[in-house]
Amino acid sequence: MEQASYILSQVINGLQLGAVYALIALGYTMVYGILRLINFAHGDIFMLGAFIAYFLLSRFGMPIYLVFLATMAVTALAGYLMEKIAYKPLRNAPKISLLITAVGVSLFLEYFCSLKAVFTPDYIAFPRPFEVETYNFSLGGLEFSFTNIQVLIFAITFSALVLLYLLIYRTKQGKAMRAVSYDRETAALMGINIDNTVSLTFMVGAALAGMGGILYAMAYPQINVFMGIMPGIKSFIAAVLGGIGIIHGAVIGGLIVGTSEVIVSAFLSSTYRDGVIFIILLIVLLVKPSGIFGKRIDKV
Amino acid sequence: MTDPSGTAAPVILAVNGLCVSYGIIRALDDINLEVRHGEILSIIGANGAGKSTLLKSLTGLARPLSGTISFNGTDITAARTDRIVRMGMSMVPEGRRIFPDLTVRENLELGGFPVPDRTVRGDILDLIMTTFPRLKERMKQHAGTLSGGEQQMLAMGRALMSHPRLLLLDEPSMGLSPIITREIFSLITKVNSERAITMILVEQNAHMALEHSHRACVLENGRITLVGPSADIKHDPRVIEAYLGV
Ligand SMILES: Nc1ncnc2c1ncn2[C@@H]1O[C@H](COP(=O)(O)OP(=O)(O)OP(=O)(O)O)[C@@H](O)[C@H]1O
Ligand SMILES: [Mg+2]
Repeated sequence: MEQASYILSQVINGLQLGAVYALIALGYTMVYGILRLINFAHGDIFMLGAFIAYFLLSRFGMPIYLVFLATMAVTALAGYLMEKIAYKPLRNAPKISLLITAVGVSLFLEYFCSLKAVFTPDYIAFPRPFEVETYNFSLGGLEFSFTNIQVLIFAITFSALVLLYLLIYRTKQGKAMRAVSYDRETAALMGINIDNTVSLTFMVGAALAGMGGILYAMAYPQINVFMGIMPGIKSFIAAVLGGIGIIHGAVIGGLIVGTSEVIVSAFLSSTYRDGVIFIILLIVLLVKPSGIFGKRIDKV
Repeated sequence: MTDPSGTAAPVILAVNGLCVSYGIIRALDDINLEVRHGEILSIIGANGAGKSTLLKSLTGLARPLSGTISFNGTDITAARTDRIVRMGMSMVPEGRRIFPDLTVRENLELGGFPVPDRTVRGDILDLIMTTFPRLKERMKQHAGTLSGGEQQMLAMGRALMSHPRLLLLDEPSMGLSPIITREIFSLITKVNSERAITMILVEQNAHMALEHSHRACVLENGRITLVGPSADIKHDPRVIEAYLGV
């Protein structure tokens, strides 16, 4: 029984991490869907989110809901500028040029932000806006607990997903996004403004990553300019696992990756926590490269 | 088929000295063209003659090296595709390019994207369903499961949803049986005469194209080599030999 309780609490921890991965994976998958670009700088937007929230909290003592709104607005702007400056001029260039540029943008963001005049190269403590509280439950002898941070992460992630679904499936802009991801030229022939649609996609993805950055920093309150690299790679793998370009695939993939990581570090050794994710990637690529929900494989 | 509007009808599209290249390949060379309101102009030519490139440059999907395109008196040479569509030009691309994973209704609704008013969109949709009754029976079906002929009708219906004044059709008979081809062409004629929609019709099937257009031009290696009333072009010995020969 005690063992079962332990497993359950680890699964809850895993889902907490997975929810953040899902938020990042959504941006990867949406941008891939619309431009067939793997935006390697997406993980750095996540880092940007954590740092912006840090400044808003520590310097301005802003209330937490405003921190979320302002951070997401700034990361959305960052996503917008990233696309306009780095990717738009390459819209018709070979895919490899885009990919190399994405790596360049990522390195630029990391090292630019590590300048003393910008953020800092050091680890800094993220000020939690509230104390961590733990609520204990027992269900038929099964003991488990939740923290208020976990509740917040699940609630915010879930609300963001609902809003994202409404945007994509219930609005005109969402319809445009789907049309562009199916066939860009034909979408333009439908009277859809491709540039605006691509910008919107980057902004929504970046806002979600910014949100993920705040939530991650609250759960693991040490931040650093390179903090986006590993979560970025893992979220990318999550998107591939779910089927890149597929919205619900990114969510399921994120939850699986997060849970696997936590379970492996709890029951094997935390040394393997990153390794297991790459094993997942290998298995996906060998067994079903189009991912869990993928139908066809697009050439990158 | 004679031109119902006569030669006095206003010019809706004027192309001047249009050149288009793909890298070092010159796809179009000094194209001059006028299309008058209400007519069907067919463009015939062999594979690789530049027919699709011509339509793509009209809709902003291919960028000209030089030359000008004016639509309804407005210069659209450098305009974005969605702007051109909103100005009243619409295109059925080569290979139809329907959205296979979306339903017939969703495809048609996407075509109506530029029309802001919901009720107007509904009216256009009703009109399209009376023109293409086969689509009406299949509104909930995934577009990818339609037959070739039905897909062509869907692509035409979708292009008509934006309420265009000029419709460009790129090889509507491609891959269709003779019977279905005839059905498609009679729909083209019907849409043209009943709704006064001007059309440019690109075809490899020169027989059908000349039969169903008012004027025609022949495109060879990126150049227009012949232009005139379809009835005359049909009897031109060079055309008979190259495009109508049995
Ligand atoms: N995207 C492209 N990149 C490079 N060359 C191209 C491209 N599209 C067309 N071409 C070339 O331009 C020329 C004209 O092509 P286009 O597609 O306009 O011909 P077409 O008359 O429509 O032929 P078809 O009847 O086979 O459709 C061809 O030589 C073709 O190889
Ligand atoms: Mg063609």
